[in-house]
Amino acid sequence: MSARASLVPGGSVFRRRRDGWLGLALVLPALIIFAGFTYYPFFKNFQMGLFKAAPFPNLPSHYVGTAQFTTMLGSADFLDSVKSTVIYALITVPLGVIGGLVMAVLAHQKLRGIRIFRTIFSSSVVSSAAVAAVVFQVILSPQTGYLQALGIHLPDITSSPTWGLPAMALVSAWQFVGLAFIILTAGLQSLPDEIMEASRVDGATAWTRLWRITFPLLSPTIFFCGVVGVIFSLQSFGQIDIMIGTSGATYTHTNVLIYAIYRLLHVSQNTGLAACYSIALFVITLLVTLIQFRLLERRVHYAH
Amino acid sequence: MSQVRFAAVSKIFGGTPALTDLSLDVADGELLVLLGPSGCGKTTALRLLAGLEEVSSGAIYIDDVDVTALEPKDRDIAMVFQSYALYPHMTVRKNVEFPLKNAKLPAAELAARVNEALATVSLTELADRKPGQLSGGQRQRVALARAIVRRPRVFLMDEPLSNLDATLRQQTRADIVALQRRLGVTTVYVTHDQVEAMTMGHRIAVMKGGVLQQVGKPLDLYNEPANAFVAGFLGSPGMNLVAGELRQGQIFIGDDLVGTSSVSDTRDVTVGIRAESLEISPTGFAATVLVAEELGADVHVVCETATHERVVVRQPQHATVPQSGQSVTIAPTGKVYVFDRHSGERIS
Amino acid sequence: MPTKRLARTISRYLLLVVIAAIVVFPLYVLFSGSLMTLKEISSIPPQLIPLHPVWKSYSEAFNTGNLGQYLAVSLGQSALITVGQVVTSISAAFAFAYIAFPFKRILFALMLATSMIPFEVTVIANLQTVHSLHVDETMQGLVIPFLATGFGIFLMRQAFMQIPKEMHEAAIIDGYGPWKYLWRVAVPLARPSVAALAVFGFLGAWNQYLWPLLETGNNTSIQTIQMGIRQVGGTISTANLTLAAGVIATAPLLVLLVFFQKHLIRSLTAGAVK
Repeated sequence: MSARASLVPGGSVFRRRRDGWLGLALVLPALIIFAGFTYYPFFKNFQMGLFKAAPFPNLPSHYVGTAQFTTMLGSADFLDSVKSTVIYALITVPLGVIGGLVMAVLAHQKLRGIRIFRTIFSSSVVSSAAVAAVVFQVILSPQTGYLQALGIHLPDITSSPTWGLPAMALVSAWQFVGLAFIILTAGLQSLPDEIMEASRVDGATAWTRLWRITFPLLSPTIFFCGVVGVIFSLQSFGQIDIMIGTSGATYTHTNVLIYAIYRLLHVSQNTGLAACYSIALFVITLLVTLIQFRLLERRVHYAH
Repeated sequence: MSQVRFAAVSKIFGGTPALTDLSLDVADGELLVLLGPSGCGKTTALRLLAGLEEVSSGAIYIDDVDVTALEPKDRDIAMVFQSYALYPHMTVRKNVEFPLKNAKLPAAELAARVNEALATVSLTELADRKPGQLSGGQRQRVALARAIVRRPRVFLMDEPLSNLDATLRQQTRADIVALQRRLGVTTVYVTHDQVEAMTMGHRIAVMKGGVLQQVGKPLDLYNEPANAFVAGFLGSPGMNLVAGELRQGQIFIGDDLVGTSSVSDTRDVTVGIRAESLEISPTGFAATVLVAEELGADVHVVCETATHERVVVRQPQHATVPQSGQSVTIAPTGKVYVFDRHSGERIS
Repeated sequence: MPTKRLARTISRYLLLVVIAAIVVFPLYVLFSGSLMTLKEISSIPPQLIPLHPVWKSYSEAFNTGNLGQYLAVSLGQSALITVGQVVTSISAAFAFAYIAFPFKRILFALMLATSMIPFEVTVIANLQTVHSLHVDETMQGLVIPFLATGFGIFLMRQAFMQIPKEMHEAAIIDGYGPWKYLWRVAVPLARPSVAALAVFGFLGAWNQYLWPLLETGNNTSIQTIQMGIRQVGGTISTANLTLAAGVIATAPLLVLLVFFQKHLIRSLTAGAVK
């Protein structure tokens, strides 16, 4: 037997010299893609941000160093954009996570036909930003009767400074709720059955069981879901483009970071500033992810 | 301090019967063991008693009250699970407090009872640790404390010792028995280990394939098994079971006479003789020695008959130990049991 | 008491139905609206059930919107991305799970870290790269940046690590090398995760918006179905056609979801959710 393979658990199974070459070869494709299309562009942002665009298109940009970045941090446009982004996330994420949680708990019961409900609850996952936008345009339009039947009278959201952003955040929340449901259901299903049974024998009502056993044990998953939600909401672009962009109305109230980047790139051809905004977007995403890890550290050590 | 009664209880899981017509009484203060191989229905019966599953038919009574439709929390029972099922995010103390908090006990009494339970299982110093920081044996004691603190009418235990290693198991076994005798709480105990059953139970209920085979005191089951299955299951080793014939009241293995029976029938039977009731002697039925297992105080001589059935003979240490491959003859020195070959029921 | 239990069960189902109705409402509007006339859609109070389904909205949307072409492009793009992600993820994950090679730890951290860099942050430079490689406004340009995913590598590695040790021990005793082991043993055993990865990948690729918008520029022959919706949609005057286009764009995904919903959840349960 020639294979000097290690059978140590956790250790690698294949340890021969030429297996090492195979290992690198297997990793290479992904590595090339990541290097070229994730890491290189990411770092390029920093380089591009050092150049400020000329006032007229097709003229070269000139080097300004970090001044562009620092100016941006103080500019009203940027701060408005950040504010819009934060509000957007604050609407999308809680709605999505809580909605997903309620559905996950309800769909966790042992009822006949519960599978159908699970499919329905996760269904929003199939809708793209474009489709969701188009549907909600119909639902939220003052020209259709859906809102009026509920007694809500909204002006046209594309022209409303107060309602534009929340409306779009609602669309994102609906899109996200299906994914949140899938994540939270997976979390619920990984909770040990015997603990739930023990709580039934120990006299806990369904309510007590939910709050004092299920939710504490589910909290890592809930955090994870929250982070996914934040990242999702920070990336929400299509809804805004279709609901506001195509109608020609441009209001700063819906100028979330990602949309601002798009406009800087596409409309103003201001690559340098767009790169600065991209860096800001990354920093915000990173902060949120790091906060989740921190909060998670403290809660995970009880799980064996 | 309660009686438990199963009245013709059956449970079917999606077309497969897990438990068929179980009728059983558990007396006040008794530790009844539900014993059998996996799949015999013992855990199902326990879970039905707990209320974690619904019966398909029949009724369950605790103290003559029909609890069949009641939720687990309304049955006044406590359960120790095989995996202990401790709440990982709560300290030991909070784990033990949990049932009392649900019952909304006043704070002072709650604290007193929790301390008492912790002291009973010697866990007082570890009260503020979380389960993840405890050893297997300690976790098991937490599960016990959580059950005791409720002062329930019935204890239910689902193979509580099977996750412990051998030495810890013996020690904990004795602890649990002592605890149960001291508290006097009616206990239903599920296990597949017949040693546990024999040493712990006041009575044992042997089950197979969802059907109750026999119930009685350990020694009664040992000495008077109702069928071949019970005979072969109890004892280490289990009773030797060999094909034989009953010819007008005479018991034969092959052509060798091994005993007589009060039943003067002629039919095919299974002959059962315990290892300690056999010896290697000049007369008897023929067999070949496979191996002699020297256990210290005794020797178990494992033999194979002409019909390729296994027979174990128990010899004291000082007797001559036969060699592997040696041909011997084995004769009974004690009771010979006769079971019907097809049904397994005992004839005599 | 049987009636009390019945009442409780009924109220549970009722709650489920109410919430399901709310969640599925937008999709319902999508389907029902696509079958109604414009007047019916804009009727006040809203007409919820298409009494006389207008099936020809579909053919009309299909033809005037040139949806056939968009669908074909989307199909090609999504299929290529899915296959690419599955292949690169399986390969890399297998190496990380089973093979010892230099720089293994760093490389793994790097690959996982890519999930922290949202695609939007890389868009600008990617556009330039794609342009300088002369694949802008092409299918290759649409597909190449997405051929690998950190999430996929993580998922597959989890799946591989859950194969019992006895399997690889038996394989080694049988003289299998890593390549054979990968395709004969590991992948077949990890099939549910592969399926889930493929479904997630396809879903994500099909629904992409920003990159196709930017990359395809003015070249309509290479635009995806989402761009098609953007073309068709936008105003309420052709709402019923837009909704029909939306149904056409979404239906394939719904079919996928119905068949694979169980796998999606199960693959996440297998340790990936932390």
